[in-house]
Amino acid sequence: MTGEKTKKIIKTIRIDADKCNGCRACEVICSAFHATPKYSSNNPERSRIRVVRHPLKDIYVPVYAGEHAPAECMGRDKYVIDGKEYDECAFCRASCPSRDIFKEPDSGLPLKCDMCEGEDEPLCIKWCVNDALILEEREEEVEEVAEREELEIGLASLANKHGLQQIIDTIARMSMAK
Amino acid sequence: MRYAETGYNLEIDLTRGNIERVETDPRDTALYLGGLGTSAKLLWDRVPPGVEPFSPDNLLIFATGLLCGTPATGCNRTIVSTISPQTELMAFSMMGGFLAPELKYAGYDKVILRGKSPDLVYLWIKDDKVEIRDAAHLKGKGAVETATLIRQELKEPKAQVAAIGMAGENKVYFASIEQGRSSASRGGIGAVMGDKGVKAIVVRGTKDVNIARPAEFMELCNEVMQYIKFRNENPIAGVMPILAGLGSPQEMKVHDEKWHTENFMWGNSRVRRKDFWNDEIAREWMETLDSMRTRLISCYNCPMTCGATISPPGLPTYMMKCFSKLTYTMAAFSDLEFGLGIAQSATEYGVDGFSAPQVMAFALELYENGILTDDDFPGMPSDNEGRFYWLLDKIVRREGIGDVLANGTYWAARQIGNGAEAYAHNNIKKHEQLPLKLSMLNPIYFLMYATGEKMNITQIEGQFPQAPFPKREQREAFVKDWFQVPDEKFKQYFLDWELRGEKSIPYYPTPEMCCDIVDWQERMHYIDDALGMCAGLSSFPLKPPYHIHNYPKFIASGAGIDMDEDKLTQAAKRYRTLVRANNIRRGMRRKDEKPPKNHWKKRFPELEEKLLDTYYQFKGWNKQGIPTQAALHELGLDYVFEDFEKRGIYSEPVDVPSTATSAEKGKEVQS
Repeated sequence: MTGEKTKKIIKTIRIDADKCNGCRACEVICSAFHATPKYSSNNPERSRIRVVRHPLKDIYVPVYAGEHAPAECMGRDKYVIDGKEYDECAFCRASCPSRDIFKEPDSGLPLKCDMCEGEDEPLCIKWCVNDALILEEREEEVEEVAEREELEIGLASLANKHGLQQIIDTIARMSMAK
Repeated sequence: MRYAETGYNLEIDLTRGNIERVETDPRDTALYLGGLGTSAKLLWDRVPPGVEPFSPDNLLIFATGLLCGTPATGCNRTIVSTISPQTELMAFSMMGGFLAPELKYAGYDKVILRGKSPDLVYLWIKDDKVEIRDAAHLKGKGAVETATLIRQELKEPKAQVAAIGMAGENKVYFASIEQGRSSASRGGIGAVMGDKGVKAIVVRGTKDVNIARPAEFMELCNEVMQYIKFRNENPIAGVMPILAGLGSPQEMKVHDEKWHTENFMWGNSRVRRKDFWNDEIAREWMETLDSMRTRLISCYNCPMTCGATISPPGLPTYMMKCFSKLTYTMAAFSDLEFGLGIAQSATEYGVDGFSAPQVMAFALELYENGILTDDDFPGMPSDNEGRFYWLLDKIVRREGIGDVLANGTYWAARQIGNGAEAYAHNNIKKHEQLPLKLSMLNPIYFLMYATGEKMNITQIEGQFPQAPFPKREQREAFVKDWFQVPDEKFKQYFLDWELRGEKSIPYYPTPEMCCDIVDWQERMHYIDDALGMCAGLSSFPLKPPYHIHNYPKFIASGAGIDMDEDKLTQAAKRYRTLVRANNIRRGMRRKDEKPPKNHWKKRFPELEEKLLDTYYQFKGWNKQGIPTQAALHELGLDYVFEDFEKRGIYSEPVDVPSTATSAEKGKEVQS
């Protein structure tokens, strides 16, 4: 069952919300880069990064567009961190029906961050002079696991529930009955 | 297709409740750029001199700069212009924050308000949908509070709000318009907004702003970004720390206030406290700022963190920038804790952070000197700080003596009489100036103070160092990478400028050199105000990232307008002259162009006359400061000449008519 161990470079963005000054330069450059032709227009509404900001509450959360979620989730919780109350959605990357961010304003189609393909680094990071956004590349050792078949996964979960011996007995009984 | 600008203005007639989206003429953009430039043209065309500030015919124009909403770093300013109730001249006050880009994204370059709404309203602009909405429930609310309430009721957390507080509603002559972390404060434009019955302008935009030649434009943007980083890492040697870096003076960051507290005046711009700053005060003030300052913050698309959120104990949070940190403190001879506390009320009320403290200190000076008496201040607390809170409240409500003081020191002094005029000593063109009193006349500053129509010295000065460097080696080091100069001669002017001796103030720089220096500094500010660029990245600091050499390229590649340095200089000169033309038509003349008598101890009347003569001639203005026919013709402003001719402005006897006008105005206020 154990697969090979391989090394992979994982690109991630470290978001230091404490350093965010709320200027939204990241939104400007993101939407400009993704315009067609490149840089021919800009419009934060098309940006794949948005700063959730409530200056008077000192809330500044730059958040990136991730997977599209076709339906609303159950997330209605509030998080209180250092005395500041955040909506759960503030940290969510999904383009989803419950909010208006990460959607093309004219078509409504979902947007997703592509780390500015073709550039040395995502441009939001380059334009964040205050270092609220930092590109982190880390090498991770990943265990390559051989893919199991569907049946095996199903059986494993049954074995989990009933015990392996009982599964074996049941299968033996079933095959005798045939 | 229009680039950088949207090509549309929003025209709103508040009397009739009529809203129109009007296409603008691209030829006007080529001639006057945008922002201040095209607004000056609108005021010229549509607000003749007979129109009083509080007339329904006065316009209140919220203009975006030409490059607002493009990726050009720091280009986020809204230029608000109207006729000022205080100076009765054209007022244009700028604010950063987030409104201008949002307005561009909504599809408009300007919002032009005319008429008067019968009831208090706010404007809700969401892309193509524009509504005039009832604001009765917001009457008397603070400006910051109003923004929060409107966002909640519209369920639009991302809407940008420019609002007035009680001062604007009650037409206080130094009422501001508050927005984001910024405010348009000078000239009492908030009073005009209140007079029009508009509590707030609320904007949300989701459209594109287009760029004419994207690759070229982005390269320029990247160069600017690189240079900002370079300048952040390499502050300028030989100048005081607040002048060494970029951005507005970094008042929210610095703790060391020795220079301001010992060189600027306290009270009603009276007392210099030379040995004020000491270790104990430094420690106390540092603790105060550290305990109240939540975060350093920026305007739209700018990394400079010139502002901060401030949370005084027991009071709501507000946003502050720059020198309002100390204006209340110093006017009241108090400490930073008081200053940051009362600024919270002042921000909600929406008053100018320079004028308001000075007006209150002026009132107390009149009281101390028996010109105002206990009868004028019924119920005023006996402690100094309590008095300032009390006065602020009376002023914004226009109650009792507050109703007089709400007109600013110039008009209040005339109304009070009994020698009060001598106490309104720090005005130019009826407008309160920075609390500065200096020793030796500085010829550069003399010209800037005298002829400036932006009314605030920080909005005129900038590119040329404020004072000579003591040693030649220091000067040589300074000019080495001074590529922002429009001409090499500026380097020589500076190299030869000495602290003492033959080549020192007041006779050096010579009047001719002063003309060049003042003209350059002013030109950069005027360009910023048409493009919407923050002075903090351009005309205000030494060696800024935006300058006369890269601006034409930004305009050409961004807006697709054929531009070079000469054309840009000419355009700036054109609308700068138009600002003056508006004011000339309203009676401004040479006699109005003078710094306060006591601004410098050592004055040189002959030299000052010569400076003014030389500068007027350099600018193409006659002895009265009126643009000449030839100068107007060269700028394509023949229509201004024709208007002046028709009004007999060139043939009027020197001084007489405008003196008569201002005397009449004085009576009007008293009645």
